[in-house]
Amino acid sequence: MRIGVVTFPGTLDDRDALRAVRLAGGEPVALWHGEDDLQDVDAIVLPGGFSYGDYLRAGAISRFAPVMDKVVDAAQGGMPVLGICNGFQVLCETHLLPGAMIKNAHRSFICRDQPLRVENVRTAWTADYQQDQVIRVPLKNQDGQYVADERTLDELEGEGRVVFRYAAGATHGPAGFESNPNGSRHDIAGVTNAAGNVVGLMPHPEHAVEAGFGPDEPGAGTRTGTDGLSMFTSVLRSLVA
Amino acid sequence: MPRVVVHVMPKPEILDPQGKAVAAALPRLGFEGISSVRQGKRFELEVEGEVTDEVLASLREAATTLLSNPVIEDVIALEVEDSAAEGQA
Repeated sequence: MRIGVVTFPGTLDDRDALRAVRLAGGEPVALWHGEDDLQDVDAIVLPGGFSYGDYLRAGAISRFAPVMDKVVDAAQGGMPVLGICNGFQVLCETHLLPGAMIKNAHRSFICRDQPLRVENVRTAWTADYQQDQVIRVPLKNQDGQYVADERTLDELEGEGRVVFRYAAGATHGPAGFESNPNGSRHDIAGVTNAAGNVVGLMPHPEHAVEAGFGPDEPGAGTRTGTDGLSMFTSVLRSLVA
Repeated sequence: MPRVVVHVMPKPEILDPQGKAVAAALPRLGFEGISSVRQGKRFELEVEGEVTDEVLASLREAATTLLSNPVIEDVIALEVEDSAAEGQA
């Protein structure tokens, strides 16, 4: 299975995403923002970083990159698409996912190992998790506060489209942000579209795919650190099914 | 050359972390009596030729598609200025 990872100018985590695909058993395919060619991939990852410098708004200019028309068409046709961090912001700007991200409520960049509760295991990207499993993956962002109007939030909650929610147990953070790291509405860390093929989240599963390099568990030493890998094995399994 | 100025503000119901940071800094510098601050954006678009209704409609579309995100921001105003006249003043 061929999983494409799009590189925009200013993307940082494309190499890690390509590596995560390989470690999960897929064939990683590098895609370029300036080409409208998806190279026959079966799924697409929009990785983290600061695409186009995040000038104007995070993800705002990337949304109009040549490759994005094809990504939007493919997503609407049912292809699995995952947006991580800046990729999530791009998916919100294209309106493939509802809501938007604004600056963290405490106004600081935050970087820490973040516990997340997996609340929807029916998406193409989360089928290999257990319902309500708590995973721990790195989080690092400046504009990570998820916002949407009340009607949209009610719709997301009612339809079970909150995929990841911030959970307690982080080792550090600004006062008042011990569990929710940025002030996101309803502690939302990731959401999906109605069909379940498009998923976006702010934390970074692609940085927690290899034993010994993942987050620590406070008081319990280093964990295996591979909690993020299941996102990539999930999509490979969903493509075979 | 005429200039169209576009003003974009965060929606009233959206928390504005930047505005809050500015509001907190003002009293520290001795500027009292300001109860809140909201921070928006101002875009100055230099237009080639005359700003017809058609041009203005297209700029309005640009303002709502690229310059602002309707989920979190409102386009408050598009103002047409004559930058040449401004230069002579």
